[in-house]
Amino acid sequence: MSALQEKARELLASAAVQVVIGYGRGSGGAARAVFIREATKAGDLVFDGTCLQNLAVYLMKPEVRKLGKAALVVRPATLRTILQLAAENQIAENSLLALVPSAEEIVLLATFAAIEAHVAALDSDLSTAEKAELQRFTALGLDERRRFWEEQFSRCLKCYACRAACPLCYCTRCTVECNQPQWIPVPAHDLGNLEWNVMRAMHLAGRCVNCGDCSRACPVGIPLYLLNQKLVSDVFTGFNSRSGISARSDNALSTFKPNDPEDFIR
Amino acid sequence: MPDFEPKIVAFVCNWCTYAGADLTGTSRMKYSPQVAIIRFPCTGRIDFMLLLKAFASGADGIIVSGCHPNDCHYSSGNFHARRRWIVFRGLLDFLGIDVRRVQFSWVSAAEGAKWAQLVNETAEHIRGLGPFTGYQRLRGLGVE
Repeated sequence: MSALQEKARELLASAAVQVVIGYGRGSGGAARAVFIREATKAGDLVFDGTCLQNLAVYLMKPEVRKLGKAALVVRPATLRTILQLAAENQIAENSLLALVPSAEEIVLLATFAAIEAHVAALDSDLSTAEKAELQRFTALGLDERRRFWEEQFSRCLKCYACRAACPLCYCTRCTVECNQPQWIPVPAHDLGNLEWNVMRAMHLAGRCVNCGDCSRACPVGIPLYLLNQKLVSDVFTGFNSRSGISARSDNALSTFKPNDPEDFIR
Repeated sequence: MPDFEPKIVAFVCNWCTYAGADLTGTSRMKYSPQVAIIRFPCTGRIDFMLLLKAFASGADGIIVSGCHPNDCHYSSGNFHARRRWIVFRGLLDFLGIDVRRVQFSWVSAAEGAKWAQLVNETAEHIRGLGPFTGYQRLRGLGVE
């Protein structure tokens, strides 16, 4: 039994938590989310390089919340998601445990302060490769960028898998479901696809922790991560603000500084 | 395109720019008639989706204007709006949408002359850029 399975068994057996949300083996060897509620089932848990999903997405589901206190198997981005959700008053202190799998032992983080300390030791900046890709894309001409996104968005099906996969897209009533007025047209055509993708990106500006689940969920492979990383980068350079590093910080777009840059305003 | 007259939509706040534009009129200053003014309670209310809808409805250019910093009727609406504009402009540019078609400005209730100048210069600028066919073509592909 791996250290992770052992830890999960222990937590469930002692009733410290009612459910362990982790990764299990799905069809074709793919990793999938599993919800372990009995100590005897702890052996179903796995953790390896295929386990990429940000499991914090389930923390916002009422049917998961009903299960009771959860222990969540986390990756670095998952921890930042938890802090961001806490900062947005979406999850309460002591409502979950975070299990950080590592080679030797399982680190258990029980408080937001412990998660903050853990995240502080990680590098939350975009990676060098991500920055380079962003730089390359920004260096393209305006028309080239437009053609690129037109081609990308023309494949969008409006399936909203990006929204479903995103742990921070938790509104119970999304703007796309509002039809008075109809902000986003229902059919998947180029104008509506652009509007949807602009809106999705804007609503995540200053909140997205760059976990990459939207891009992984997209069935037609639209590189949504580029939009998110652009906003992550702009919010950091413009406002010196980073999401998901504190359980108490304000979102960049719900606060301001009197001396924010305004060279573009007449 | 010598006959091209741009359609410009101005999103303005009730307390400063709308009053400023009113002053332009009551001072009998003439300015470009291509602008359609839409009055909002505050720049903080001017959602980025409204700007996209204006372009989708055929606007060639957009003016967004409100109270100067520290003059907001609700004390901080324009500060919040400014942050949103910074992020939104960056995103539009990243998507290949020409941000020169959106002019942001602070026009107070006393700046009737600034409003006239802003509209005139924006109209001239947009006339130079021509119709916003890139965006209007997208609208043609839709069903609306």
